[in-house]
Parts: sequence; C-alpha cells; structure tokens
Amino acid sequence: MLSLDRVTKVYRVGTFGGKELRAVNEVSFDIKEGEVTSLIGESGSGKSTIGKMILHLISISSGAIKFKGKDVSHLSGDALKEYYRNVQGVFQDPFSSYNPIFKADRVFTNVREEFFPDMQDAAWRDKVNSAIESVGMNPEHVLNKYPHQLSGGQLQRFLIARALLLDIHFLVADEIISMLDASTRIDVLNLLADLKLRGLAILFITHDLSLAHYISENAVILYRGCVAEMGATEKIFSHPIHPYTKMLMASVPRLDEKWKTGTTELTSKEIGTPEGCPYFDRCPVADKALGCDRFRPTLQELEPNHFVACYRYEKNG
Amino acid sequence: MSLQITDLKIYYQTLRGEVQALESTTFSMADGEIMGLAGESGCGKTTLGHSLIYMKPPMKYMGGQVLLDGEELPIWDMDRMNEFRFKKISIIPQYAMNAMNPTRKIGKMISELLGSRGVDFKAILPELERRLGLVKLSTSVLDMYPIELSGGMKQRMVMVLSTLLNPSLLIADEITSALDVASQKAVAEMLVEFRNQGYCKSAIVITHDISILYQIADSILIMYAGQLAEKASTETIIHAPRHPYTKLLISSLPEIGIKSTEKRLTGIPGNPPLLLNPPVGCRFRERCPVAFEKCTEAPPFIEVEPGHHIACWKEGETNA
Ligand SMILES: Nc1ncnc2c1ncn2[C@@H]1O[C@H](COP(=O)(O)OP(=O)(O)OP(=O)(O)O)[C@@H](O)[C@H]1O
Ligand SMILES: Nc1ncnc2c1ncn2[C@@H]1O[C@H](COP(=O)(O)OP(=O)(O)OP(=O)(O)O)[C@@H](O)[C@H]1O
Ligand code: SF4
Ligand SMILES: [Mg+2]
Ligand SMILES: [Mg+2]
Repeated sequence: MLSLDRVTKVYRVGTFGGKELRAVNEVSFDIKEGEVTSLIGESGSGKSTIGKMILHLISISSGAIKFKGKDVSHLSGDALKEYYRNVQGVFQDPFSSYNPIFKADRVFTNVREEFFPDMQDAAWRDKVNSAIESVGMNPEHVLNKYPHQLSGGQLQRFLIARALLLDIHFLVADEIISMLDASTRIDVLNLLADLKLRGLAILFITHDLSLAHYISENAVILYRGCVAEMGATEKIFSHPIHPYTKMLMASVPRLDEKWKTGTTELTSKEIGTPEGCPYFDRCPVADKALGCDRFRPTLQELEPNHFVACYRYEKNG
Repeated sequence: MSLQITDLKIYYQTLRGEVQALESTTFSMADGEIMGLAGESGCGKTTLGHSLIYMKPPMKYMGGQVLLDGEELPIWDMDRMNEFRFKKISIIPQYAMNAMNPTRKIGKMISELLGSRGVDFKAILPELERRLGLVKLSTSVLDMYPIELSGGMKQRMVMVLSTLLNPSLLIADEITSALDVASQKAVAEMLVEFRNQGYCKSAIVITHDISILYQIADSILIMYAGQLAEKASTETIIHAPRHPYTKLLISSLPEIGIKSTEKRLTGIPGNPPLLLNPPVGCRFRERCPVAFEKCTEAPPFIEVEPGHHIACWKEGETNA
C-alpha cells in the first residue's frame, strides 16, 4: 500500500546552514494493506522525520514515496487533500497539536470543516462521540474543555479519535502510547489491531519493544537515519543479529528478570569516518579490517524477510 | 521518614466547579526510598508531584500537611516555597526535555537558572562538571544548544541539574517515556546511582512504564481517580498485588513475546469517573469486579501487612 524508495532527508544546520545533517539516509521499506510495521530507534534517529515525510509535513530531499502505486512525493492542492482523506497521522507530543486559547474539541471541528461540510449537527455529534468512545473515553468527561484541563493521555486519545473520524487507509502513529497507562495502552493497541483487520495499514513508531512485538508484523530498526535491521518482527525479536538490535533487546525492561548492568554503551570509543558504518563508534564487535570505519554496510537479506546491515554478519563473510 | 504526607487534598478550580484531583492522601516515604508512582492517565500523579512544589492556580490547596525531613513545607505559599524549591525538593516536569529554550546555550541556561535561585554558577561549576562526567556527558555540552543533544543526553543533563544542590526529594515525572529502551535503562540506572551517592535522598518516579519501576523502585504507589489504591514493595505490587485495580493494571502489562493475533490482552472495561463531582465511596467501584454495598463508603488506606497499604473494603476486610 505504501512504499518508501531510498527516502532521504537532509537538514541544513549550523550558522548560515553550512553543515548538513542526514536525518534519514536512503530508507526503503513497504507496508501492505492490513499490516503494522513498527519503526524503532533511539531519540533523534529519524523516526518522526520519516513519519512527517509520509504525511507531507516536510519535503523529501531525495527518493520517493508511493501510495497505492502512485508517486505521492510532490502532491499539492486537491490531490493532497484527497491523500489526507486516506492517510493521517498522530504525533507524540499531544500538547503541540492544541492551541491553548481554544477548547480541545476544536481539533474535531477542523476535520468537519475540511472534510464533512454538509453533515448535519446530530450526525456529526454521534460520529464524534463514537470516535471518542472507541479510544476508551467518555465524551461527557472530555468534550468542551480547554487543553490544560485534560491530562496528557486524554489529549493524546483525542488526536487518535480525530484520525478515526475519516475512513483512512494508512495511519502514522508516532509514539502515541508512551503517554498512556498500561491498561489504556492495551485498549488503544487492540483498537489498532481491529482497524488492521479491516485493512488499515499502520506505521507504528515506538520505543516499547514488547508492544511493537504485540502489534506488528514487521519491524524496522533505525540508527542515525539508516536502517540497521528490518524484516518479520518474529525473526528480529527471536534472533536479533545487528549489534545495535542486540543491545536494544538486552535493555528491554522485563518483569521476569532484572537488567544486567554494563550492557549499555553510552560513549564512543573511537570515531569512524562519516562514510563508515553509523554504529561504528559504539559497536562492541566493530572491525576495521572489515571496513566498518570507512564504508557503510548495505542491507543484506540473511534469511527470507530478514535484512541486516552489518559487515560481521554478511553472507560468506 | 524523609517525606510524610497527611490528608493532603488538592482541587482545581474551574468554571464548572471543583475538580477533585487529589482526595485526602496519606502516605510516607523512608530515607533513601525510590518510590514509583503509577496509575491511569488523569488519575492525579502530576497533580500530586506538582502540589509539593508549585501550587499555582487553578490548583487549590484544600488541606493537609507535608513534612520533609520533619519540617513542614508551606506548599500553599508560592513565595515561601522558594526557600525549599530546587534546594530541598526538586522536580523534573513531564516534558522538561522539550521545554528547554532552543535559542539558549545549555551552559547559559543553567547559569541563569542557578542565578535566579541565588546560587553562584562559578563556584558550583567544578561540581557540575564532575557530575556531568558521571553521567558520561562531556563538559562541551555546556556550549551546545538543546537541539544538538539526543533525548537521552538531554534527560541526563536535566537530571544532573535538578539534583545539583543535593535535594532531599526528587520528583521525576515521566522522564523516560520519550526515550528508547537503551537510554531509558541508562537514565533509570543513573537515578539509582544518584540516590546511592546521596545526590538526592529519596525520589518519586512517575511513569506508565511499570516494568522500569520493577527494575529500579523500592516501592510502588498506585493511584486511581485521585485516590490512593495501594502502596507496597515493588516485589509485592508486581507479584502479589491485592487491590482489584492494581491486579487488573498489572495483568494488562505485556511480556515480551506476546502477539495480538495469538493472545489478546485485555484492558480494564469502563472509564474512570469524572473528577468534577466524582461518585462517593471507592472511585473504582463501577469498574471493580468484586465491588459490594459497602463500597459506597470511601475505603480507608490501611496497612494490611508491614509496609503494605491498601484502600479496599474487600481486601481490607479479610484482614480487619
Ligand atoms: N527542523 C529541523 N532542522 C534541523 N534538524 C532537525 C530538524 N528536525 C529534526 N532535526 C534533526 O533530525 C534528526 C532526526 O529527528 P527526528 O525527530 O526524526 O528523530 P526521532 O527518531 O523521531 O526522535 P525522538 O525519539 O526523539 O522523537 C535529529 O538529529 C533532529 O535533531
Ligand atoms: N488546570 C487544570 N484544571 C482543571 N482540571 C485539571 C487541570 N489540570 C489537571 N486537571 C485534571 O486533573 C486530573 C489529574 O490530572 P494529572 O495531570 O495530575 O493526571 P496524571 O495522572 O498526571 O495523568 P497523565 O498520566 O496523563 O500525565 C485530570 O482528570 C485532569 O483532567
Ligand atoms: S558493520 Fe561493523 S561497525 Fe557496523 S554494526 Fe556491524 S560490526 Fe559494528
Ligand atoms: Mg520523534
Ligand atoms: Mg502527568
């Protein structure tokens, strides 16, 4: 349904924009109808940037994004509006989506003005109420309030409800559950699982690996804008291969055992070159003889639907 | 006892009436205790944390007493609290990371903040640099803008800053929720290390990630709709909870390895009550699988075993 083909985002940073920051570096993956793909990576790795490019909130520096076979990288006007009827996003910091001087419900009114200008008041109210109920809230408790009168989790679910007002086919869900308590997280995830059965495809950006495993068919592990490992969630979780993925798996807080100390490397030991593997400076098994410091490893399919970018684990190597 | 709270009651004044966000709350924390604070979103965790340090309207002090190291905190008086804020009690607010001024260098920001608290930046700089080293941050971060730091680095920075004057109590509100698992682990372990080093005597860690609390907290306090539900050692809350809400909350935690297509976890049916005019009695009543007539009266928060408190008629009864 949605595919990314060597999508890249370069930001100009520094005084006078003299430096380049490759926030997303030639990322390619496909998401099929009724499938959830988890996008996992540390803060600053480019997850939201990918989501924002899919949603046309920022431009693509190079590469292409296709939706249902059509290149949608440079839409505008009516074509873009039509695209938004199908593709919507919910973002991590709910506070930034609200204007504090208006009631929080205004996010719904905007959708009505844009997409349902002819709907009767009563029908619209029913639609809004059922969207709010489907994200586990009582409309009576949360409607007609200012943003500061609602908790973070309540504001977040408002935004999910807004996306559900449209009959969308693709959802970008950027850290939408980090603000929710455990039981509400499950409710929202089960809601996503139901929508998925109806054909909705979802890009699920998260830091919670247990929940990523719970909900997604595929996973993409991102490190400094590059894909380190991707493929079937099952395979990545049962035998992670890339050193970065392994480190993530060892850091997952579990309820059946305590963390082992000393598994998280925070500082770099040795700086590589910009052309080298992005993980070189933190990698415990890096090897200059393999070229780790000078060349960027490309993704290799080590088994069906399991790709890894690491010289250590290349086939025949 | 490092912190002792008795009958603390905090409401919000709104046009439609009072939001009863924190009902008569009584609990205490031992010296050195790291206490996790968890519960449904909107149950009053941030309210509890903030009320101890920034009681700003529409937040309203309705009564109760807070003792920190035996000394009463004038929490209802914003001015008098200046003397305690940051020095004896410090908070890392929800979204502190995003709240950093993007156009100010980090060092400059810190020096202004310390200045406003009457602390000499130059004098404390060596200690600041030493502590940055402890959290594996180079002193060059002081010359950087917030955007140049990763989320994990920012959060470590904020932790060093908020504990710089060795407060007795640190309140950390959702400090790990925006981080990836590796940074979460690093930040959480640092918090324990800071406590061990005495950079903060005790800490309240507010989070939805109960599995992180399992890793670092000594005890966990569970709240529901503005009332305390249960407080016990971490081990007890995770493995032998007794309050019906805690039981349901813990059972909704996914273990790694579960898939929605194979085993569907269940949330807790129903919604929490509106805190503007909440029902009398136990506020969990409507969703509670074991509620009975008595639950229309508010259950007291009683100690059923040493260090294990619950507010539930059903569970309390078997021990009364
Ligand atoms: N407008 C911008 N100008 C310059 N750099 C930017 C801009 N927006 C983002 N960046 C940088 O791009 C990189 C990727 O950012 P992005 O927000 O996509 O990360 P993320 O993976 O979503 O992180 P998080 O988990 O913290 O949300 C970061 O280094 C960020 O600082
Ligand atoms: N300024 C305010 N005015 C009125 N009501 C408020 C205000 N701030 C918070 N509330 C209400 O008080 C209750 C407690 O809010 P609080 O922010 O303490 O919840 P929380 O437990 O921290 O939630 P979350 O996990 O979502 O951060 C909520 O029902 C919220 O709607
Ligand atoms: S390619 Fe080399 S540096 Fe990169 S992750 Fe693999 S071993 Fe480490
Ligand atoms: Mg992001
Ligand atoms: Mg909160």
